Amino acid sequence: MTRFPADPMTRSQAWVLCSNALHCMTTPDRNIAIEFLDVTYRTADGRPLISNLNLRVFTGETLVLLGRSGSGKTTTLKLINRLLVCHEGQVIVESKSTAAWDPIRLRRHIGYAIQEVGLFPHITVERNVALVPQLEGWEPGKIQSRVEELLTLVGLSPPEFRHRYPHQLSGGQRQRVGLGRALAADPPILLMDEPFGALDPVTRADIQREFKSLQQRLNKTVVFVTHDVREAMLLGTRIAVLEKGRLQGIYSPAEFLQSNDPVVSEYSGVLRSEMDFLQHLNKVIQ
Amino acid sequence: MNLLQFFAAHSAEIMRSALEHIRMVGIAMLLATAAGIPLGILATRWRGLRAPVLGISNIIQTIPSLALFGFLLPVPWLADRASRLAITALALYSLLPIVRNTYAGITGVDPAVREVGKGMGMTDRQLLFRVELPLAMSTILAGIRVATVIAVGVATIAAAIGAGGLGEFVFRGVAMVDNQFILAGAIPAALLALAADFSLGLVQKSLQRHN
Repeated sequence: MTRFPADPMTRSQAWVLCSNALHCMTTPDRNIAIEFLDVTYRTADGRPLISNLNLRVFTGETLVLLGRSGSGKTTTLKLINRLLVCHEGQVIVESKSTAAWDPIRLRRHIGYAIQEVGLFPHITVERNVALVPQLEGWEPGKIQSRVEELLTLVGLSPPEFRHRYPHQLSGGQRQRVGLGRALAADPPILLMDEPFGALDPVTRADIQREFKSLQQRLNKTVVFVTHDVREAMLLGTRIAVLEKGRLQGIYSPAEFLQSNDPVVSEYSGVLRSEMDFLQHLNKVIQ
Repeated sequence: MNLLQFFAAHSAEIMRSALEHIRMVGIAMLLATAAGIPLGILATRWRGLRAPVLGISNIIQTIPSLALFGFLLPVPWLADRASRLAITALALYSLLPIVRNTYAGITGVDPAVREVGKGMGMTDRQLLFRVELPLAMSTILAGIRVATVIAVGVATIAAAIGAGGLGEFVFRGVAMVDNQFILAGAIPAALLALAADFSLGLVQKSLQRHN
């Protein structure tokens, strides 16, 4: 069921792979939306950014790619919509290798949202959201009603926001528009690259909560890149930990907390120290 | 006779020369823009074209304007009419700022913005026309603006090859050692340059607003 990487695994990795395999066998209805088969990606000077990556993303789940800067999480994301092409192995999207997809079709089939700069600064909110439907040649009436529907969905009132330019929005509003735009043509898959990274903590918590409830309703397959372990725990169905271009393991949030893997322990250590801090605050208050 | 009286006495003639001047510069700018923007775009698309395109427009710019008019004299079809030759020289002269700014404007677009467009499934053509050119437009317009102001000045020299324009007054004034004639050409030319600079500046500003 599960492919084992060629290199030796840590015990926890092996355990996770086995448990995933077991999980698949017990729930046979889970379809694979995206699969990485022994994927290696190198920079122009031959340095590997991703090495022998094996990864499955199931339909309807939110897989979080968690890792530090330079761990290869963004590279992994870009391999899915063929902004990058891998040198070894295959990336399979909906049972077809990305090499076999027409890149334009593939990308319009996948929503893409990234941090901060994502919106086109020279066009209005409305036209940003309408972009992919427009490229797809929808009729104007349909685009219009879709834009209204999406702005409402992401919590922005259409009459107030549709004619604004990105620079007339707050950071949180920009991210909402970015999310609406990624959802515009109703793609079954969403790629999100630290979409809430540049927001202040309060706005970020709001938008994370809303995204979570939105995701429960829409049931998209989401691959979500972040370096924030709290965000990973909050949003992820499963969390794939990347370290120096290698997959350290895939965990459910519960498994993540219990893992003895040294890299994962560092992340859960961050959570624990935050918990300790909260308890400390509680004591001070009482 | 003071200057104002001189202007009043020659107003019809000045007006005719100014219109000639505007026509020359206008056509030359249209040609230079029509050639310069595509050349600038090509230079961003094929790396090999970058050095020759920018290099050649750079070299043209370094040729003294009078010499450029002279160089074009032996060219068969061009030399049939002086205005045709002057317009060509002006267009060549205006190429560099337009090509260079088109190139700089497009390569200056935030790579992340370009990548998002690509990631959303835009073809190279859609990316160019919907994202890169609109975002580069104010830089390109700045190039056209600089080129226009220079061309208004250089066009006075076109009178040397008999192409008319406000330069006629200047050359006549120099030959007759008559400052009033020189000023009758120089002042309207300066005003034209200022007007062109101002109006193109307004257009540029309105484009810049949202970037």
